[in-house]
Amino acid sequence: MHELSIVSSVVENVCESLEKYPGARVKEVRLRVGALAAVVEDSLQFCYGIASEGTPLEGSRLVVQTVPVSVHCAACGADGAIASLQDFRCPHCGEPASDVRHGRELEIDSIEIEEAEDVKS
Amino acid sequence: MTTRIVELRQGILKKNDELARALRGRFEAGGVLVLNLVSSPGTGKTMFLERTLRTLRERGSRVAALVGDLETDNDARRLAASGAPVRQINTHGICHLEAEMVGRHLEDWPGVEMAGLDYLFIENVGNLVCPSSYDLGERIRVALLSVTEGEDKPLKYPLMFRTCELVLINKIDLLPHLDFDLDLLLYNIDQVHPDVDTTVLSARTGEGIEAWRDWLVAIAAREEIPA
Repeated sequence: MHELSIVSSVVENVCESLEKYPGARVKEVRLRVGALAAVVEDSLQFCYGIASEGTPLEGSRLVVQTVPVSVHCAACGADGAIASLQDFRCPHCGEPASDVRHGRELEIDSIEIEEAEDVKS
Repeated sequence: MTTRIVELRQGILKKNDELARALRGRFEAGGVLVLNLVSSPGTGKTMFLERTLRTLRERGSRVAALVGDLETDNDARRLAASGAPVRQINTHGICHLEAEMVGRHLEDWPGVEMAGLDYLFIENVGNLVCPSSYDLGERIRVALLSVTEGEDKPLKYPLMFRTCELVLINKIDLLPHLDFDLDLLLYNIDQVHPDVDTTVLSARTGEGIEAWRDWLVAIAAREEIPA
């Protein structure tokens, strides 16, 4: 259960990036999470509500895009998504493939914010 | 009111990753081989580490250990019997170690300098899920399993078994009493991490400890920074 630590880091990182946009509120936060990242989306969503409380992220949507695991095959040179997390083999030639190119991502992709209205308008 | 999309494209754990990178630099500069030991609770990490510390010390290596647990300093007290410097990290509820905790516990450690060590072991909190996401600046991650667990554990926790450099199988002295299928376990490890090194041992009887030590010495030699 490290999802709370993870969403707390998300909130912290997003708050830092808001320094350039004083007074802005966050509407949506988009994450890219690899299928191999050992993170459960339901737990992320549950913890997000708690972690964002009292911050400019409160009430925002958390959108999680799952990145499939893909490997580079040393034998045939192909790149491709593996059939399952229990079978790290090249999808083209079936050779064991150890070179994981995608699937461990744990990234904040982008945020959608609503900027504060100019006070003097 | 204007709505704007801000591209961030940054790692969620970037703070941990930055701290881990700084630690790694420090370990490399000190010439110490740092290992992060991960396993389920009950695999026998502490007895294994105790045996390892004692064996390495007997052979003249300079060793130390940091041990992570949610609460208690029981493990540090057990390990201190090996004669090596040992420091407990209590996470107080957090299910994994983070680079910041490691860095903090390296400060003001009486008599322990990175440059004065050959090996530093970091025993992570017993958990096969969360520790896999947190880099501690280690060179080697060792996943421990024991033959009293299921043969399918690597399939259930693929990230942990993918991100380690060695899978160590403990408690083999119990094999005659169990229906455990060691070949099936090795096959399952190969499914999630083809070509990863594996070794079998018993921390209780000492069987296999020499092979483990040989592996460590070979890695330490290989990791030597070229002059």
